[in-house]
Amino acid sequence: MSNWEILWDERAQFWSGFLSTLEIFGLSIVGAFVIGCGLLYLLEGSRKRLTMPLRIFIDGMRMLPFLILAYLLYYGLPSVGIRLDAWGAGVGALAVYHGCYFAEIFRGNRLTFPPGQIEAAQAHGFTKGKLFFRLLLPQIIMQTRPLLGNQLIYALKDTAFLVIITVGELTAAANSLSSTYFIPTEAFIVVIGFYWAISVTMEIIIKQCGRFSAKRGFDNV
Amino acid sequence: MSEANTSETAAVSIRHLSKSFDDVEVLRDVELEVKTGEVVTIIGSSGSGKSTLLRCINWLEKPDRGSIHIAGQRIGVHDDGRPMPVRELAKVRAQTGMVFQGFNLWPHLNVLHNVTEAPIHVQGKSKREAEELATALLEKVGMSQKHDSYPNTLSGGQKQRVAIARALAMQPAVMLFDEPTSALDPELVGEVLAVIKDLSAEGYTMVMVTHEMAFARAVSDQVVFLEKGLIIERADPETFFTTPKTDRVRKFLENHDTPSSA
Ligand SMILES: Nc1ncnc2c1ncn2[C@@H]1O[C@H](COP(=O)(O)OP(=O)(O)OP(=O)(O)O)[C@@H](O)[C@H]1O
Ligand SMILES: [Mg+2]
Repeated sequence: MSNWEILWDERAQFWSGFLSTLEIFGLSIVGAFVIGCGLLYLLEGSRKRLTMPLRIFIDGMRMLPFLILAYLLYYGLPSVGIRLDAWGAGVGALAVYHGCYFAEIFRGNRLTFPPGQIEAAQAHGFTKGKLFFRLLLPQIIMQTRPLLGNQLIYALKDTAFLVIITVGELTAAANSLSSTYFIPTEAFIVVIGFYWAISVTMEIIIKQCGRFSAKRGFDNV
Repeated sequence: MSEANTSETAAVSIRHLSKSFDDVEVLRDVELEVKTGEVVTIIGSSGSGKSTLLRCINWLEKPDRGSIHIAGQRIGVHDDGRPMPVRELAKVRAQTGMVFQGFNLWPHLNVLHNVTEAPIHVQGKSKREAEELATALLEKVGMSQKHDSYPNTLSGGQKQRVAIARALAMQPAVMLFDEPTSALDPELVGEVLAVIKDLSAEGYTMVMVTHEMAFARAVSDQVVFLEKGLIIERADPETFFTTPKTDRVRKFLENHDTPSSA
């Protein structure tokens, strides 16, 4: 039996790893997106006292290796009485970590947002919340689309770290097969294929969204 | 507008308005009353405080002293000095429609949605009602062929006409124009002025800052001259342009190719 045939027989393991990676990735990027938008909203700042701590939090996260955050949530939190399972700790760590990156991407774009548009909205009676959700956020997302796409790929790759805190995702499947049968090369080639497939699909979706914003003159990034 | 005393209520009433930017007094004790249906033009050299005055009317700038009433409603602060809560401020603001020098359209929305955005999401109109109104207004400004276009595909004149329709859609008590044609190529100025002229003929209340003297003379009921934050002259356009009282205004008019007649 060739190495490839062994892997084919064990395809159920890859498949469940793949599904679990997709699930973790999907949930955590939705979480990260919401966190990123939330942080941007808070930074909009009618509460100036919040700005400094938020900036420190965002920068602190961005300067932290992801793996350490994952360790911290999984092995560190129990010591303060919060016990997350590996899956919850992994998704949480990914969401918070990449949420901070999203926030930073949004914030950078926010700085260049034309103030005249905001004044026009205020003059038309918009209050902060409506202005944020209807005018600021949609435009900022359209403008930063390529950067967001890039960040999504980082997030996908970071899901692989979760093998270390015992989450049974794609890399974990490859890891276990390669050590059971001593065929690391083939096992890892298979998972590379899976990661590429997810990334390429994502790129295509983002390209499609690009057409939507290009029509509105947002393709200058 | 059904109440008997609305004719008494000015569209805009400004009393003792003062405003400084870092110790520089930009507006000094300005008094201005704009009656419903009236067109008031503000003229003055660069830096005299024209934009600041206009922007105080809808509280984009916060005055230091004085009071401003829009259609009888005080904007920004209550009479007892309490600052107005944001929601209430937004309501009074919606009584004014502002047209900016730089258009400031929302680029992610098409022409129709630029016009329906505030009526739907600020005033709570139904989509259908807002779109009917927007359709009528876009026709008024000559943009009915462009409902589905995005702002980035429009010329400056077209953008400004959409911006006018957008402001009109709030059905404001007063329209505020801050140099609406200054950012336009000369050949596009006419189409925007024609729209504003139509509005004045229809009886819209307007306060306008402009350097287009012939136009000011043709549409205004009242011309106000600002100099270093003071109103140093106010008159009907005939008097203002033919027999100004102060040397300052005479000089100013000489330097701006004064219209021979309207
Ligand atoms: N946000 C601000 N901060 C500080 N100074 C300001 C601010 N806005 C305006 N000024 C100053 O206030 C004065 C009046 O400005 P304003 O824009 O009202 O003049 P203007 O009459 O509209 O001039 P222009 O014809 O050039 O538009 C100017 O000296 C300007 O530099
Ligand atoms: Mg100005």
